[in-house]
Formats: sequence, C-alpha cells, structure tokens
Amino acid sequence: MTELRLNAVSFAYEKGRTISAPILERVTLGIARGEFVVVLGQSGSGKTSLLNVAAGFLAPTEGRVTVDGKQIAGPSADRAVVFQDDALFAWSNARDNVAFPLRLRGLARSERNATADALLADVGLSGQGDRAIWELSGGMRQRVGIARALAARPDFLLMDEPLGALDAMTRDQMQELLLTVWRRSNTGALLITHSVEEALFLATRIVVLAAHPGRIVLSRNFDFGQRFLDGEAARSLKSEPGFVAAREELIAAIHEPERAVAA
Amino acid sequence: MTAHIDIAPPARRAGGLAHSLRRIAPLLTGSALAVFVIGIWQIASTSGWVSPVFLPPPSSVVVAFGRLVQVGYVDSTLIQHVGASLGRVFSALAFSVLIGVPAGLLIATSPIGRGVLDPIIEFLRPLPPLAYLPLVIIWFGIGETAKVLVIVLSMVPAITISTAAGVRSASKNQVNAARAFGASPLQLLWHVLLPGALPSILTGVRIALGAGWTTLVAAELVAAGRGLGYMIQSAAQFLVTDVVIAGILVISAIAFAFEALLRFVEHRYVPWSRNQ
Repeated sequence: MTELRLNAVSFAYEKGRTISAPILERVTLGIARGEFVVVLGQSGSGKTSLLNVAAGFLAPTEGRVTVDGKQIAGPSADRAVVFQDDALFAWSNARDNVAFPLRLRGLARSERNATADALLADVGLSGQGDRAIWELSGGMRQRVGIARALAARPDFLLMDEPLGALDAMTRDQMQELLLTVWRRSNTGALLITHSVEEALFLATRIVVLAAHPGRIVLSRNFDFGQRFLDGEAARSLKSEPGFVAAREELIAAIHEPERAVAA
Repeated sequence: MTAHIDIAPPARRAGGLAHSLRRIAPLLTGSALAVFVIGIWQIASTSGWVSPVFLPPPSSVVVAFGRLVQVGYVDSTLIQHVGASLGRVFSALAFSVLIGVPAGLLIATSPIGRGVLDPIIEFLRPLPPLAYLPLVIIWFGIGETAKVLVIVLSMVPAITISTAAGVRSASKNQVNAARAFGASPLQLLWHVLLPGALPSILTGVRIALGAGWTTLVAAELVAAGRGLGYMIQSAAQFLVTDVVIAGILVISAIAFAFEALLRFVEHRYVPWSRNQ
C-alpha cells in the first residue's frame, strides 16, 4: 500500500546563520492511500508548514519525508495540492485550468479536454468548462482547484484549508463533495483546517498539533465520513451525541494540549 | 439593467430623463467646451485680436489639412509623413518588446540578471531622451538607425520594469501549484509567469508608446527627410502656422487612437486583470 510518511520531522526557518524557533518538532505521521487524515491546531501550531513539508515545498531541517520508503526530493505530481486561495490561473478558463497538469505532460488537446470535462462533471461543474475563472464563485473556484489536483492522478491529495474562505452553506456542500471525490479517486488525503466539525465529518484520523513547537498531542480514528458515504444523512451525523462529545473533546485538546498529552 | 445601477446614493431614484442626462453629461460638456474653444479661436483670429501668423483661424487649419492630404508639404503628403513616423515608432516598439520582456523576466527570476540589468535600466529610465539624442547622433549619424535607437532607449525601461513587476505578481501558491504538478522551470515561465505578467506588460507597452511618441517628434526635429516632427519643424521655420497646428492635431489624434486600441486589446485579451 502506498504511504506518505513523515519520520521524526523537525522544521525551522533558516535565515543566514540564525535558525528560528522550531516550527515543527519530531512530527511522525503516515498517510496511506484510502485514508483521510485531518490536522487540527491553533494558529501558529505549524499546520501549514507540516503540509508544505509533506508537499516538498519546504525541506525538513531534521527527519525524512518518504513515499513508500523513498525519500522525496521536492514537489512532485504524485502529491497534488489544493490551496485556500484557489491558486487558479485567471488567464485560462475552467477546463484549461483542470487540464493544466495534463498539458505539462504533453497530452494532446482533445485527450486532456475530455479528461478535464469528466473531472469537472465529477465536482458538479459539468458544462462549465468554458467559463472564465473570474466569473466563478468562491465555491466553484475551489471545485475547479480540486478537479485540477485530481487531473494529475495523484496518490495523495494535500489540502491547506481549502474550504476556509467559503460561507457556511457552501462549506457543508463542499465537505460532502470532498468525501465523495476522495472515495472515488482512492487517494490518501491530508487536510488542514480550523474547523473541528469539518475535521470530524471528513477524517478517518484526526491529528491535533500543539504550538511552540508544533508537535502531535493527539491522534484518533473516526468513522463519521465513512458512515456518510454509506448513506447516513450529514445533518443527523453532525448532531449525534457521539459527534458532539468528540467535538468538545477535540476543542479541549486544541486549547489545552498539555492535558491531552497527559490523557 | 443599467438603468438601476447608480453611482450616487440611492436616496431618491432618478427619473429616466434625468438619469440619461447624467450619463451623457461628460460627453455633452466635453463637446460644449470644444465648440466654445474653437469659437473663441475663430473669433480671435478673424477679428484681428491676434495676428493670423501666430494663430490662423480654424477654417484655414482645416484648409491646410486638406492641402496636406492632397498635395503634401516639404515633398511628402501627410500620409507619407505619418507613415514614416509610425514606421519608426512601431519598429522601435518591436525591438523594445524583444529586448524589454526578456530583460524583465531575467530581472524578476534571476539574482544575477537583476544585478546586471537593474542598474542599466535604472540609469536609463530617468534620463530625458533629448539628453542622449546628440550622443546617439554622434555615434550612429543622422540616419534611421539613430532615430529608432533613441526611441528604443526611451521605451525599453517602461517595458522591462512592468514585465518584472508582472512576473513578481504571480502568487506564491500559483507557482507552488505548478511545481507540484511537475512543471519544469521553463514550463513555469511559459505557462504561469508570462501569462500572469501579460496585463502588466500591456500597461508597460502603453506607457512606452507615450514615451516613444514624445521621443519620435524630438528625433525628427533634429534631422529627417520625412515624418510628422520634420513636417512641423519645417513649417515652423517658414511661419506656416496652419500646417504646424494641423500637424499637432494629427499627432494628438494618432496618440489617442493608440491609447484606444491598447485599451481595447486589454479589454479583449486580458479581461481578468480588471476582475481580480
């Protein structure tokens, strides 16, 4: 089974000879294909750095990042990234944005357009390929961003608060979409979020990071997303006593990480 | 649709007539001003307030314009003068884009490129073209090369600086996204940085054309056998003021047409730059 693994990864910014206070300290985390790992933590706990290290945008100061045991050498198409500010290309339409990874690989236009249109349909944007990016709403842009990430046929989908800028209604819809897309693509997902509810709904495993330095204080498995995919209603899952109890527990762990470690 | 969009505070809904009046108000006042100025001009020069040598009446400028088109002045018709001038500006623009865009890319993407090119551009940028025109003439003579070169020198800084700014404006995440999809540095440049810089490059071209046009007339004043600047200069020497004024109006009309054309190109080809 394909696995993306962070082995005792530490990270600090180096500026000339000075090194900043550690952002991440000895973080060990594995994401296998078919898993949905969500990272929670307060601002400044190193969530985004963790994702950037996993993507290969940042090199760890200590420790190793491996895919199936092989150390990564920077960003690569097997680890696609979705950003909070969609990072789409305003100069091309939705279809060409989705087809961008395929264009880099030199696929013929007809071939990449067919794939892009199918992916747009998968994220609920069928027939919208010709629309300009600046004509789309925030939720639609994020859908295009997700479709573009999937076009690379990645093993892993790394998402940095992809739903952070969306309104509550759109956010709920997009969570359901994320689950469906993740299941269909059979990728290993790593998602960063501030929202505990979102984490509980999506994750097969939740990891809580504490700040200064960023380290894992809690790691636990959940199956609410699985149950949604098996046909249960999202609203009733989110109001279930088990969901509410887990939410309070996680909020406590985020705000008082020392107690979580002790527990 | 547009009838309900109103810039003024919506305290009181404007009536249909009042509203359409407000919309065409700038056009109306502009035309009224033009008519007023031309009227004063006509009266001033026909009533003897000003000597026609200094200010010929609008009517004789129109006649001069007709003569310029049909007969010409200093051995060339107006079309030939305009053609010579446009040829210089556009060949200079072509060279400037060929030099300025790669230079801007280098400045924005390579520390060495920046170290080498930035001082050159910053040296050139604040210099008035008329200051280095004599030097260029000493080096290259009074032929076409010198004229086009002077215009190129006045255009390159604007295009280089705006290209560099445009390339730098690509978001870090756009660059990271492309890298994560496996883009090589060259692919990154071609598919992400360059298209992202396009609106800025077009702005640079607009500024450069303004500068180039100014420089052109100056270059033609010094030595040329044809061209609008030369035509005006020759007419001025013999106090043919109506030709001078007609020439100035032609230059103004061409500059305005350039500006309108570039605005259209921006509107048509980089619509996203207004909507981000």
